[in-house]
Amino acid sequence: MFSQVVYAVQSTALTASRTAELHNLLLQDCGSCHGMTLKGGLGPALTPEALQDKPREYIELTILNGRSGTPMPPWKDILTQDEIRWLVDILYSGIAP
Amino acid sequence: MKIYAAILFAFLFFQQLAVAQELRGTGDLGVVIERATGSMQIIETTGQSTLHRVEGLGDLSHASVVFSRDERFAYVFGRDGGLTRVDLLKAKIDNRVIQSGNSIGGAISQDGRLIAVSNYTPGGVKVFDAQSLELVADIPALYGDGKQQSKVVGLVDAPGQKFVFSLYDGGEIWLADFSQKKPDIRRYQDIGVQPYDGLITPDGRYYIAGLFGEDGLALLDLWHPENGVKKILSNYGRGSEKMPVYKMPHLEGWAMTDDYAFLPAVGRNEVLVVNRRNWQQLASIPVHGQPVFVMARPDGRQVWVNFAFPNNDTVQVIDTETLQIRKSLKPGKAVLHMEFTPRGEQVWVSARDAGKVVVYDTETLNAIAELPAEKPSGIFFTSRAHRTGL
Repeated sequence: MFSQVVYAVQSTALTASRTAELHNLLLQDCGSCHGMTLKGGLGPALTPEALQDKPREYIELTILNGRSGTPMPPWKDILTQDEIRWLVDILYSGIAP
Repeated sequence: MKIYAAILFAFLFFQQLAVAQELRGTGDLGVVIERATGSMQIIETTGQSTLHRVEGLGDLSHASVVFSRDERFAYVFGRDGGLTRVDLLKAKIDNRVIQSGNSIGGAISQDGRLIAVSNYTPGGVKVFDAQSLELVADIPALYGDGKQQSKVVGLVDAPGQKFVFSLYDGGEIWLADFSQKKPDIRRYQDIGVQPYDGLITPDGRYYIAGLFGEDGLALLDLWHPENGVKKILSNYGRGSEKMPVYKMPHLEGWAMTDDYAFLPAVGRNEVLVVNRRNWQQLASIPVHGQPVFVMARPDGRQVWVNFAFPNNDTVQVIDTETLQIRKSLKPGKAVLHMEFTPRGEQVWVSARDAGKVVVYDTETLNAIAELPAEKPSGIFFTSRAHRTGL
């Protein structure tokens, strides 16, 4: 049921096993600062409500380059642009947790 | 005859009851947090087995646990602000309150009567009666113009019925004394930018806060709180290169041997060796990735290290005499935590993405048991009940 929803948002040619890895990364590794339900922790909440007045590009660039002055690291050495876009899709769709 | 039968029946009944409630101590018990399912396993280290699973603990991302001084009850601090008291012998939730919106950790007082919880939202520290979980004190972590609350991190207990904690947004360390009826709070301001975690040395003398926003560490000598907070290890941190840090190192597990402290370098693949007397760096040991937990075996003969994403499938064992790596182990994907048995013959290692806990013999460095677990994270043994700061 859940994996079907994930595929529906998938806009790029990421493999199913890679999207499963990314989903786990989002909840477990991003979740270590943003909370496993993405309602925030040391880092801010990443729920659709929290993101609604922030432009997509801003969120994508934050993941890509990190935010200086905060613990948010750049992910560009680990994630591709397509993968980051996929993650941001998931965040705005609100189906992440 | 009827009376005789009744007596016989009663005798057999109570005998059965006694067998059913087999007596047991709790000194070899512990808990394994299962972060994704809001559950935890109660385990025992004598036969390395799972005894029970307790569910209904809420959001356990970044959960931590302290124990009552009788080692019967575990207090679980959840990310969703839940504070849960679990009876380890009955394997069930004994009491649970949602005390804030978003919390990060807690501590138990020296006398075992108070539980303090540090919060992200709305910030501050709340103190509860350890028996009833009723609110005893609310300490809003107001800073700056006094209108905003800071996220609170690095909360520990200290001798003299005290709690010490750091204000992430405020850049302060607070020392809260609960030895009198009315708590007394001493504030240390401008201790450094963005303290992100804290530790207390095992003897309860020094409180040290790690700083995210600048290099160096903030040190408070609790034998001389009047001397204020000093900056130590001024080059400890990310340095000028500002390497990305995928997971901030934890301070709680900092390894202390008689002469040395072993610290995780921030953003570099190194473990730092520091002289405990003058806090000067003596050496750095190249390791497999960015270290997260650097923990000494209780006898100080070995230090075990795990690593941040993406090198988090490995654990390395350092010989504290030669400062060489004795062995690299691969317990499984996403190693999050390690816990030694009280006398150090075993270490339990959680591998989150591998869905298991692996138990190693610390002499042979061989795996001696594996326990399946649902996304295991923190492992906590009851022996923490008798250690300051844990």
